[in-house]
Amino acid sequence: MTSFFTLAIVQSALELGFIYALVAMALFLSYSVLNIADLSTDNCFILGCAVGSTVALAGHPILALPAAMLAGVGSGFLTAFLQTRLGVESILAGIIVNTGLYTVNLAAMGFSSNLNLFKCDTIFTMAKAALEPVIGSWYKLAVAAVITLAAAAALWFFLGTRLGLSIRATGDNADMVRASSINPAYTITVGLCISGSLTALAGAVLGQYQKSCDINLGQGMVTIALASLIIGETLVGRQKLGLRLSAAILGSVIYRFIVAIALRMNVPAECLKLVSALIVAVAISSPQIKVLYARHKRKAAARAARKGGN
Amino acid sequence: MLKLNHVSMTFNPGTVNEKKALNDVSLHMAPGDFATIVGSNGAGKSTLFGAIAGSFWPDEGEVILDGRDITFEPEHRRSNVLGRLFQDPMRGTAPHMTIEENLALAYLRASKARNAYFSRVTKQDKADFREKLALLDMGLEDRMTQPVGLLSGGQRQALTLLMATLVTPKLLLLDEHTAALDPATAEKVLALTRDIVAERQITCLMITHNMKDALGLGNRTLMMDSGRIVLDVSGDERAGMTVDDLLARFAANAGKALDNDRILLSEMG
Repeated sequence: MTSFFTLAIVQSALELGFIYALVAMALFLSYSVLNIADLSTDNCFILGCAVGSTVALAGHPILALPAAMLAGVGSGFLTAFLQTRLGVESILAGIIVNTGLYTVNLAAMGFSSNLNLFKCDTIFTMAKAALEPVIGSWYKLAVAAVITLAAAAALWFFLGTRLGLSIRATGDNADMVRASSINPAYTITVGLCISGSLTALAGAVLGQYQKSCDINLGQGMVTIALASLIIGETLVGRQKLGLRLSAAILGSVIYRFIVAIALRMNVPAECLKLVSALIVAVAISSPQIKVLYARHKRKAAARAARKGGN
Repeated sequence: MLKLNHVSMTFNPGTVNEKKALNDVSLHMAPGDFATIVGSNGAGKSTLFGAIAGSFWPDEGEVILDGRDITFEPEHRRSNVLGRLFQDPMRGTAPHMTIEENLALAYLRASKARNAYFSRVTKQDKADFREKLALLDMGLEDRMTQPVGLLSGGQRQALTLLMATLVTPKLLLLDEHTAALDPATAEKVLALTRDIVAERQITCLMITHNMKDALGLGNRTLMMDSGRIVLDVSGDERAGMTVDDLLARFAANAGKALDNDRILLSEMG
């Protein structure tokens, strides 16, 4: 164990797992709960990173987090507005916003394709000063875990309120939401705004964690987050709300360990996207594959029986 | 309570599929009126409900509920005071949410305060829900934390009825809400409907294809044909009517016999 996994590898997998879990939670809300494939995730993540990094560079690493979340709310609102008010297909709405955000992200980074935060304070350097004497090198994990767990707790509480319940019902039966005198357009908008803010928060935390922001950082983020979500749901099941949120975090951490193992075994980093694409494709198609396999078995059995009868 | 003044609606105007679904319909329902509606296929029964519930805006005419003009009010806003059940038991409840959560959503209609959005289901609420569920006599009060998807069609429809009337609506619209259920369950849901409507004096419109129910339930029977209300009987006139009388009156007024492939003429229904 120790020879294969050094402490640093375990720590960084946990840290990244917790940070990216925010995106998995965002997709839990938009994909699992609202039943909307929100494809603006990739650039919304970078939006959070760009805005967060810029604010941190201006000397406000803590303010950077709410600022990034606000930007994410804006992105989510636009995606929702296009699909609920203007009748744009939900997948297309996400793609349109994703495309537009690329320019917005560049603008937020001062029209440079990357920023570095090596010379400025981040939430992690601030935590280092306070926590390192107490818990040593675990301080980074503490910061990431506190942020993610706080967000998860807030989301759990929110989804139990009546507004949260109506958001959950929207993905389940929009007719019924309307019958409860709530406009589904409203619940979708609130849901996507929250989802956007979580994605952007993840971007902001990651930017400060790795002390840099790159315009291509979020490539494939939606697939990776979906993979995490599915890994978690497969292991924990789709039971109670609290468990499902924990599953998103667990899935994200496991995904990072898979990545760590792959890197340790010298799989080139470029191949990881293909791995996550495969995980998602197989996981989402597995119910259908099971049906096809069961049919095939039945057909084969029937044929065999007929032969036996002759 | 409900007034429809000269409501007309044409679907697909100017095309080969043009269909005048409502043709100058006027209807006045007094508070506490319970009217059953029968009619041929495509007579405009469900379209009438659509106009009242706000699924579309009528081409002409106005819909007034309890003195308020709701003709152009969005569907979700009207549902504040409107309860509606469909034939499909799946339409009224969220299958992946628990019975308790479904009821909590229905209860939201009652809360006028803005902060109601952020309130959670309290112990008191749960006790109330439990009490109300027990009235259905289906054992649902012991399954409150189970997802609604596990319930049978009849149980789901009974739950939907409870949700639609959890906060007493000004008007209850029942669109053949027992037609998809097996006879025994249908009878039970119908009895529940009768009790709830009578107990709370809810103004109610019920579409049915069971002629016995059309005469036996409520205090008024409406018959529709080609987008018009061709017959409206109540009081003594209705009390002495048999199914045959009703059909004869329909034929006289509509100029043709009632034609509905699902109509139940027998006393067996």
